[in-house]
Amino acid sequence: MNRSDQTIAALHGVSRRFGTVLALDQVSLEVRRGEVLALLGPNGAGKTTAISLLLGLQQPDAGSADLFGVPPRSNGARNRIGAMLQTGGVPDTLTVAELVGLFRSYYPRPRSVADTVNLAGVADLLRRRYGTLSGGQQRRAQFALAICGNPEILFLDEPTTGLDVEARATLWKTVRQLVAEGSAIVLTTHYLEEAEALADRVDVLARGRIVASGSVQQIRARVAQRRIRCVSALAPEAVARWPEVRSVARAGERIEIVTDAAEIVVRQLLFEDTTLSDLEVHRAGLAEAFVEITREAA
Amino acid sequence: MNDSLALPVARPLGDTLAVYALEAKYEFLRVLRTPAFALPTLLFPPMFYLLFGLLLNRGSANAAHYLFATYSVFGVMAPSLFGFGVGVAIERERGWLALKRVAPMPPGAYLLSKMVMAMLFAAIIYLVLAAMAWSIGGVHLEAGQWLLLGVIAVGGVVPFCALGLMIGSRANASGAPALVNLIYLPMAFLSGLWMPLTLLPALVGQIAPLWPAYHLAQLSLATIGRGDGSAVLPHVAALVLFALACFAVARRWLARAS
Repeated sequence: MNRSDQTIAALHGVSRRFGTVLALDQVSLEVRRGEVLALLGPNGAGKTTAISLLLGLQQPDAGSADLFGVPPRSNGARNRIGAMLQTGGVPDTLTVAELVGLFRSYYPRPRSVADTVNLAGVADLLRRRYGTLSGGQQRRAQFALAICGNPEILFLDEPTTGLDVEARATLWKTVRQLVAEGSAIVLTTHYLEEAEALADRVDVLARGRIVASGSVQQIRARVAQRRIRCVSALAPEAVARWPEVRSVARAGERIEIVTDAAEIVVRQLLFEDTTLSDLEVHRAGLAEAFVEITREAA
Repeated sequence: MNDSLALPVARPLGDTLAVYALEAKYEFLRVLRTPAFALPTLLFPPMFYLLFGLLLNRGSANAAHYLFATYSVFGVMAPSLFGFGVGVAIERERGWLALKRVAPMPPGAYLLSKMVMAMLFAAIIYLVLAAMAWSIGGVHLEAGQWLLLGVIAVGGVVPFCALGLMIGSRANASGAPALVNLIYLPMAFLSGLWMPLTLLPALVGQIAPLWPAYHLAQLSLATIGRGDGSAVLPHVAALVLFALACFAVARRWLARAS
């Protein structure tokens, strides 16, 4: 068996109901060794529930979850995972050094303190009590707790929420480094650029179901939409009446056209306006793809 | 053999002990750095004893001895009920417990560290109460009796830790202190900790065996020869059963929580 193809975490047709709300509806997903899987979706889509089931913090009503081929709650599995939860309610009264020391003691083969501190960027925070840290610094401390056990798979539930741009870039760099070392990572995020920057594969969740699954490129390709920008003498109102055009907006001296058939629209533009300049055509980013996919699911 | 299978990693005994020690140390530091919890918990029972056990009760030596024994039970209930009831509720609600349960924390280390803290508090409270009883309360006991009462007080935290754990595994953090008080104070009264059951309506005495505080108080009273003459073992058995029942319920609730 090829090591890189090994599935190390999976949900098999899981459903989870909270009262009348079906938080997850027959969701299956898997994470392979050394890859980054992003769970993408709007609030309430079921991302955190999926993570909780993978970690064994909740039990599925139907289906099953496994880590390393065994139930998530078993010690054999827990020795090999790390997690950063959205509700990482770390006690205010302990220092970062104490917290890291405590969590390292739980694991049979922890990462060295120096390594943990460097990777998480908490060198300057070690003597500070958790309660005195800023929101972003607290997230870094939580990240240190997630990686200090030297996990083979890391679960990050919205890891960069509340981080400034620089801290986010540092965290991305660290995630890439961990992946290069062979860690698998499951990541939920609001930030679409985060999934684009880090993920090998993306599962898009909407209303408790996986509505799209694949590489970032595949998810984007699901949406034919492209965006054309140009400086043109044509009236936007006139262009908007073309059958292939979804919408037209004026952006400064340019017009911006959204269409599923860029080639036809560009040909028509060049035909009707010989003075047209600064032509650009973009494929939709993950943001547009994501809005499109979740609208289809609605 | 495929190396992706989760083989159980045998943890050397020394490492396990180190986890327990570290957990207990940080639980201690956490409490020490939260004087707003530690001070009231330590001061409340002695204040109560001073007011209602000593100042308002200038009665017989008999009453003074009875009240010292029962107030020592009253005193040790507080740190276990509040430490577990409120502490676990907060850590559960904030997600700290979830994070520790994701990590391979030995659950015993978590429970034991909190229990050792409750025992430490109980020992301090007992020593303060004993000093008050001996100096101004007119309580005269033999060394062995002082010691045995202390042992009962410290060991007696276990059923109340279990009860507190049960409360903490269900109650929300903001409601937990009120809920603990709602159980703590009436139970103290109904178990005859503030005045002998013989002075209360007969019904109170009849239902008293339902409360763990009653059984613990009977053990303390028997130690100084002021029990109701009942055998000691059934009281111990009742406390053990009560603790096991609460623990079992708490386990179920915690598994479902988070």
